[in-house]
Amino acid sequence: MRMSKIVRFAADVLFGAIVIFGLYVIMHGHLTPGGGFQGGAIVATGAALVIVAHSYEEVIGMIKKAVLMAQESAGLVMFAGVALIAIGLGTTFFFNFLANSGSLFGMTVPFGPNPGELNTGGVLPLMNIAVGIEVWGGLAIVILYMLSGIGKKEEA
Amino acid sequence: MIETIIHVLVLTGLIVSAVLVYHFKDLLAAAVASGLFSFLISLEFYILQAPDVAISQAAIGAGLTTAIFILAIRSTKRYEEDAP
Repeated sequence: MRMSKIVRFAADVLFGAIVIFGLYVIMHGHLTPGGGFQGGAIVATGAALVIVAHSYEEVIGMIKKAVLMAQESAGLVMFAGVALIAIGLGTTFFFNFLANSGSLFGMTVPFGPNPGELNTGGVLPLMNIAVGIEVWGGLAIVILYMLSGIGKKEEA
Repeated sequence: MIETIIHVLVLTGLIVSAVLVYHFKDLLAAAVASGLFSFLISLEFYILQAPDVAISQAAIGAGLTTAIFILAIRSTKRYEEDAP
C-alpha cells in the first residue's frame, strides 16, 4: 500500500516543524513541562511520520540504522560522562558542578516572578540533551525495525 | 462552569472514539480513531493539570503507537473480514 503523493509531501513538510518543536521541548526541559524524554519522543514521532509515509526503499535511503544506533550510544555515554566529570572534580557522582559557576548554563536564577532564564540549571540541560538524543535514536529505531520486518513484500 | 463543559465534551469524545474503534471494518480508520482516543486522553491529562504526562501520552500514544499500527496494516490486509 503506497501512500499518495499528498501524504508523502505533507510528511516531508511537517518533519522539520516537528523536529524543531521537539528540540524546543528538550532545550527548555528545566523551565517548562517536558524534558529529555518527552522532547525525544516528539522528535521520534517526526521520524515515524516519514517512515510511515514512504516506501521501504526510500526510507532506507533517508534514515540510516547505524546513525540511530550511534545516537543511542552517544546519549548514554554523554549522560554517564557528565555525571562522571563531577567525580573527577573531587565531588560526588551527579554533583551539579556547573550551577552558579558563571560558565555554560551557569547563571544564577533571578529572584522573584520572571519568565524563566534559559542560561540556568547547571548540568540539568546537559542531562536533558543527552536523554533527548538517546530517546530520539531509541524510539526511531523501534519503528525502523518494524518497517524492516515488513521488508519489500508489501500488499499492493 | 466552562471547565466542566470542556470536561464533559472530552469524556464524551473518549467514549465515542472508543466505540468507533470497535465499529470500523476499515482497519486504517480504526487505527486513526485509536489515535484520536489517545489525543483526547492527553487533553484530559492536561485538564487535570498533568502537562508532563500529557506530552508523553500525545507523543507515544497518539504518535508512535498509531505509526506501528499503520505499518502493521501496510504489511497485511486493510479490511476486516466477516467472521465465518
